Amino acid sequence: MSELIDDLYRLGDPIADTKAPDGPIENRWTKAKFDNKLVNPANRRKLSVIIVGTGLAGSSAAATLGEAGYHVKSFCYQDSPRRAHSIAAQGGINAAKNYNDDGDSVYRLFYDTVKGGDYRSRENNVYRLAEVSNSIIDQCVAQGVPFARDYGGLLDNRSFGGVQVARTFYARGQTGQQLLIGAYQAMERQVAAGTVTAYTRHEMLEVIVVDGRARGIIARDMVTGELETHLADAVVLASGGYGNVFFLSTNAMGCNVTATWRAHRKGAYFANPCYTQIHPTCIPVAGDYQSKLTLMSESLRNDGRIWVPKNRDDCEKDPRQIPEEDRDYYLERIYPAFGNLVPRDIASRQAKNVCDDGRGVGPKVGDFRRGVYLDFSDALSRMSEAAIAEKYGNLFDMYQRITGESPYEVPMRIYPAVHYTMGGLWVDYDLETTIPGLYAAGEANFSDHGANRLGASSLMQCLADGYFVLPNTIRNYLASGPYEPVAEDAPEVLQAQADVRERLDKLLSINGDRTVDSFHKELGHIMWEYCGMERTEEGLRKAIDLIRSLREEFWRNVRVLGSADTLNQSLEKAGRVADFLELGELMCIDALHRRESCGGHFRAESQTEDGEALRDDEKFAYVGAWQFSGNEAGGPDAPILHKEDLVYNFIQLKQRSYK
Amino acid sequence: MNLTLQIWRQDGPNAQGSMVTYPVSDISEDMSFLEMLDVLNESLIEKGEEPVAFDSDCREGICGMCSLMINGQAHGPEVTTTCQLHMRSFSDGDTITVEPWRAAAFPPVRDLIVDRSALDRVIQAGGYVSVNTGAAPEANNLQVRKPSADRAFDAATCIGCGACVAACPNASGMLFLGAKITHLGELPQGQSQRSARVVKMLNQHDAEDFGGCQNLGECAAACPKEIPLDVINQLNQDFLHSKKSAR
Ligand SMILES: Cc1cc2nc3c(=O)[nH]c(=O)nc-3n(C[C@H](O)[C@H](O)[C@H](O)COP(=O)(O)OP(=O)(O)OC[C@H]3O[C@@H](n4cnc5c(N)ncnc54)[C@H](O)[C@@H]3O)c2cc1C
Ligand code: SF4
Ligand code: FES
Repeated sequence: MSELIDDLYRLGDPIADTKAPDGPIENRWTKAKFDNKLVNPANRRKLSVIIVGTGLAGSSAAATLGEAGYHVKSFCYQDSPRRAHSIAAQGGINAAKNYNDDGDSVYRLFYDTVKGGDYRSRENNVYRLAEVSNSIIDQCVAQGVPFARDYGGLLDNRSFGGVQVARTFYARGQTGQQLLIGAYQAMERQVAAGTVTAYTRHEMLEVIVVDGRARGIIARDMVTGELETHLADAVVLASGGYGNVFFLSTNAMGCNVTATWRAHRKGAYFANPCYTQIHPTCIPVAGDYQSKLTLMSESLRNDGRIWVPKNRDDCEKDPRQIPEEDRDYYLERIYPAFGNLVPRDIASRQAKNVCDDGRGVGPKVGDFRRGVYLDFSDALSRMSEAAIAEKYGNLFDMYQRITGESPYEVPMRIYPAVHYTMGGLWVDYDLETTIPGLYAAGEANFSDHGANRLGASSLMQCLADGYFVLPNTIRNYLASGPYEPVAEDAPEVLQAQADVRERLDKLLSINGDRTVDSFHKELGHIMWEYCGMERTEEGLRKAIDLIRSLREEFWRNVRVLGSADTLNQSLEKAGRVADFLELGELMCIDALHRRESCGGHFRAESQTEDGEALRDDEKFAYVGAWQFSGNEAGGPDAPILHKEDLVYNFIQLKQRSYK
Repeated sequence: MNLTLQIWRQDGPNAQGSMVTYPVSDISEDMSFLEMLDVLNESLIEKGEEPVAFDSDCREGICGMCSLMINGQAHGPEVTTTCQLHMRSFSDGDTITVEPWRAAAFPPVRDLIVDRSALDRVIQAGGYVSVNTGAAPEANNLQVRKPSADRAFDAATCIGCGACVAACPNASGMLFLGAKITHLGELPQGQSQRSARVVKMLNQHDAEDFGGCQNLGECAAACPKEIPLDVINQLNQDFLHSKKSAR
């Protein structure tokens, strides 16, 4: 075993993505599809796949594999697959259609995405993503997804943060909902056809690994509490991101890391856990009771202008009384080429900077005002109110409902919030994790976004994975099946069952005096403070200590009432928070070891003279993939870091500049 | 604010339920209704009482997971979802009753939670366009007139919450169904299955124990997404048309 580094982790062997073909990048995906083995239709009926998650990635994969004739079992924790968190995406989905003839192309989408990710994503994956993006739009339109259209009846586009072409397709402010309904309907069609079986209100709590391969899951029926064993030839995790480790985020309340963390504990590497995206346009925090933060789509930055007062004394004034010359349109000032459309990490950090400078606006929370104006008054004088309402009406209504103020009259107030996690299970070109037969799709994998995700590219990735990539790559694995059947009472199955039961019983028996939520809030606070937008060596070390003692207290002092054999929401939450408490530590270790600033991850020790993030490609142009190493008490022990070097043959590594 | 809550408690699908009274204090007007229930639940757990089970997820008014009859109204006094209902809609000292959706098609699960899977089965019966992945033509080959696109979109905003069913004295699911029929029926993509769709979905609707529609309009008045009542006319028209074309 290699030596302990910084008292925290060990270095393992380097890894590589060995499945991507070589040759010209534009031919690789075609080659991979051709090289992957086929399964004849009669054999497909004998093969089964478990898919955890019914978001864009999971439901599109279930629909497509169902259509192909495989047996699919689909799981989600909500009461209907249609409620997966993908539903909340407002802004849009990218594709390289170049319908506006503004110079877009597959290559440019590829280029923008790699650059936007601060050169920490894989060229092969991103190229493939850009390549299939156009088919996604075709597929969704054919399903009846009501994208915005112009008066000629053709599809309309807008532009999003970090790019200069209009390549984003949208459905008012409900793109995620409309895309998910499309995929959900396609999946329900397969349910009716008998190829997909949907298990709703079921939470996956363990992966079953037999002879080194993923062969099933243990799921808890959340209504009856029964622990069920489900076996299959392959397992796909499409269980979304883990942003809720911060407690307050734009994610749905139920979003969690359990599915991927349980897989990690069973041997799947977890890549780049510290890469969190902070979204610049959220409604600021108003009080302690708050359960989540609400995102205002970043498309608002197309027409809204962001500013704060130049003088601290003006921060309490009615913004309408502050004259033009006393306003600091800081993004337009610092980044004249991109202005208000700079990428999310930059917009977020600059908002933090001006608030830290004492120029934030809105109510004081603690000693600080954390808010900046997003002002539509120019747009309202340029366009009619009706035109603005057509574009952003539902977002304005939502803002007014939450804050009690009308953005047609007073500028909106926004502040950054945790939004998306670029880290996730390490996968190869086939989306296969380090456990054979276990795949990860959508936000659950470490994916194609590097250290920062550009707007409108997650929906694209989720649907690319689910409709087009996974069905082609998993086929290659399934072609060697059906695998030897696993008995319901095989030792590995019984062990997995027993582990889950033991955990649930433990949580119920502690009967301490703190609620699950109070632990979750405290963890979130530590994560935001020390592993959020700005990180330091000292802060991260402190966070690790704090998390360890919080975790110790959790297992000694949490109070979970009720029993395991009924619907029990505190028990559900407790299991998720227990996993977050382990993930949080790994995120801090990952953040600590990466002594460079990149994407949404700003290391105070690594900055340029004018305060911009300074990447260190010499030392850190790699993916950090972590292997779990448990201690005797079952908790995490020094994790093992495997590095996958990132090689750029088609795009030149450059310091990212939006100036 | 200080409030008195009367909440329906029921241990399980077949258990006897009853209303239980809980006082809550220090409620801020900026809280959402669900955050107010979170505060209640935290205090119940601290006292050693089991928290009230209720459904929610996005808390943004879009997933359709939250429900609740509040003072006898689906999602409460405003036209919105419960997660987007804020306590500024109530006054200090109010007594508020909180109950689950009640409908034969939505069996109770626990406390304020009911089973809405009937809505999924109505979609399974035909609420889709049959197009396999990879079989789609180039998107801009299909043009859609803006008025049709807008109407399809308005209908497509249904979040499947079931408030329409809960608000209807007959517990009919026609608004939900009409929304899907209208969404797909307005688009060229939806035409080839239009007649079959309406028949199959209606049959499933009836088989699920949803009631018949008497055009009372309570559904549209309660719908947080303001699905217009005339989607039910569209549904009826499509149904009549399907009979003619079957002849
Ligand atoms: C408010 C908001 C707005 C956004 N807007 C945009 C946008 O405009 N454009 C864009 O590209 N991206 C956007 N994103 C990001 C994007 O929506 C998500 O990254 C994406 O939808 C994730 O999809 P997914 O399929 O990977 O997972 P999800 O949609 O999160 O689905 C996860 C699924 O896994 C299930 N699940 C999880 N754990 C378990 C378990 N243990 N057992 C059983 N089931 C489980 C859940 O039930 C659910 O079905 C936005 C995100 C947010 C929060
Ligand atoms: S029609 Fe309205 S009330 Fe009924 S399910 Fe849809 S959104 Fe809810
Ligand atoms: S919780 Fe999603 S609509 Fe209310």
